[in-house]
Amino acid sequence: MNAVEFISKARRGEIDLKRFYRQLFSKLHDINDKYECFITICRDEALKQLKNLPRGRLYGLPVSVKDALCTKGIKTTAGSRILGDYTPPFDSTAVARIKAEGGVIIGKTCMDEFGFGGFSTNCAYKVPKNPHDLERSCGGSSGGAGCITSVLDEPHIAIGESTGGSITSPASFCGVCGFTPTYGRVSRYGLIDYANSLDKIGPMAKTVREIALMLKVISGHDLKDQTSRMEKVPDYARTGSVKGLRIGIPREYFKDVPDDISNTVWKAVKELESMGARVKNVSLKTTKYSLPAYYVTAMCEASTNLARLCGMRYSLEAPLKGNFNEYFSKIRSKGFGQEAKRRIILGTYARMSGYRDKYYLQALKVRTLIIRDFKQAFKTCDLLAAPSMPVIAPRFDEIEKLSPLENYLMDILTVAPNLAGIPMLSVPCGKVNGLPVGLHLMADHLEEQKLINAGVAYHG
Amino acid sequence: MPVKGISRDELLHVAGIARLKLTGEEIELFSKQVSDIIEWFKELSKIKTAGVKPSFHALETINVTREDKAGECFSKEQVFSNTDNKEKGFFKGPRIV
Repeated sequence: MNAVEFISKARRGEIDLKRFYRQLFSKLHDINDKYECFITICRDEALKQLKNLPRGRLYGLPVSVKDALCTKGIKTTAGSRILGDYTPPFDSTAVARIKAEGGVIIGKTCMDEFGFGGFSTNCAYKVPKNPHDLERSCGGSSGGAGCITSVLDEPHIAIGESTGGSITSPASFCGVCGFTPTYGRVSRYGLIDYANSLDKIGPMAKTVREIALMLKVISGHDLKDQTSRMEKVPDYARTGSVKGLRIGIPREYFKDVPDDISNTVWKAVKELESMGARVKNVSLKTTKYSLPAYYVTAMCEASTNLARLCGMRYSLEAPLKGNFNEYFSKIRSKGFGQEAKRRIILGTYARMSGYRDKYYLQALKVRTLIIRDFKQAFKTCDLLAAPSMPVIAPRFDEIEKLSPLENYLMDILTVAPNLAGIPMLSVPCGKVNGLPVGLHLMADHLEEQKLINAGVAYHG
Repeated sequence: MPVKGISRDELLHVAGIARLKLTGEEIELFSKQVSDIIEWFKELSKIKTAGVKPSFHALETINVTREDKAGECFSKEQVFSNTDNKEKGFFKGPRIV
């Protein structure tokens, strides 16, 4: 039973929700022992929610939330030790909207610290294991979200978050659907920022129909987020069709992808063509510059965002000894993991007087060229199609051997659309060596409906 | 010969600005890693951007103001709920001077 059918049944009173949740939580603990996808499972809070549940569009549906989104009264760590004891006194807007529609928050999913990673191995608490092979990564940084979406048989939708590919990567590696909306479509209020101009909250589910349902609930303007879009949110019709849709294939996105992954994605494109889509080749020439442009931008923004975590008001604390320099340095050095420290240093360096024009402003100018490239492509295409990731889920021992720079290079297919702030959908399109491969569909700003049409037609 | 990437002194200087005290092991590790990444950042200089404006956001943003009207806000108890360093309705911080 998928989420849409479950909600209909629950609203008709055909499901005993108390019984359902008692069984669900016993199962979730077993799943977590094996796959380590949750940092926190919130049974008591969920059962409390059931006592006064709004009969809305998500009535009774289990929803997991990436640990980067604030949840009132539920520990929120963003995968970092520095926020290990942080319990927000408020809900992020996305979570508040889910609760107002009767969605039930079941837990906070594992992630790389502040989203700094592509494999969820950089978490201060747990490392989620890929349901298709426990020796392999779930992708990241929303790895816990991808994992629980794949492994849970019961109806459920996950909330993930992407800065440079953190929804697409786990969706691809875990074999589920992941949707990254247009920047600003979903309010970021209450999201623990990685990079303000890049962060996007989006749903992950087994089907695109379920994604459409959740997207409608969490989207829309919010006065608490100045960057949230004011455009009306459509109803996101869930009838799939690709008839007449023009799909562009950016040749740069297939260039260094292994043949078996490339062929699997091409097979999916051919299927879309057989359903009535028109396929044509396009070129996105700025692709090769997107990685350094993304990492400079993201690290600069991250280094300023993390400046607020210094052992005052909230976050890790200690007795107030020494002057402010000594105290802040002590807390931050103890609370941040190595990747966070590396990114803070690099972001601070690239914003320093003498380097700002060379790195930060140059990266933002390259970003302008990347956006222009996409806009040009969307003049003649409705969607772009490419592999979601250039690899299948890697083994943990392979990841351990990668240098930080080699880690960043894995994001080559996802950073450009994230820099451009366009919406994108990853759907499973086959397997290579028994592991899932994702088809990545991208659309112009605010054209979420086109992605849903194609996603439902291809995957359901 | 100019130093590639970042020198040890520069690394410590940047870490200091960012209020990070690195261990000996971290200094050793980061010197090479951070240098490699900075060298890679230099790829950006290969692309011509004369006359191109920087995009601080991907989409145009407009300034949004709300009506100057009192709304709901956090209670004092909520504001101080995540710290032990508080006194008489104020946050306590480390010594400044």
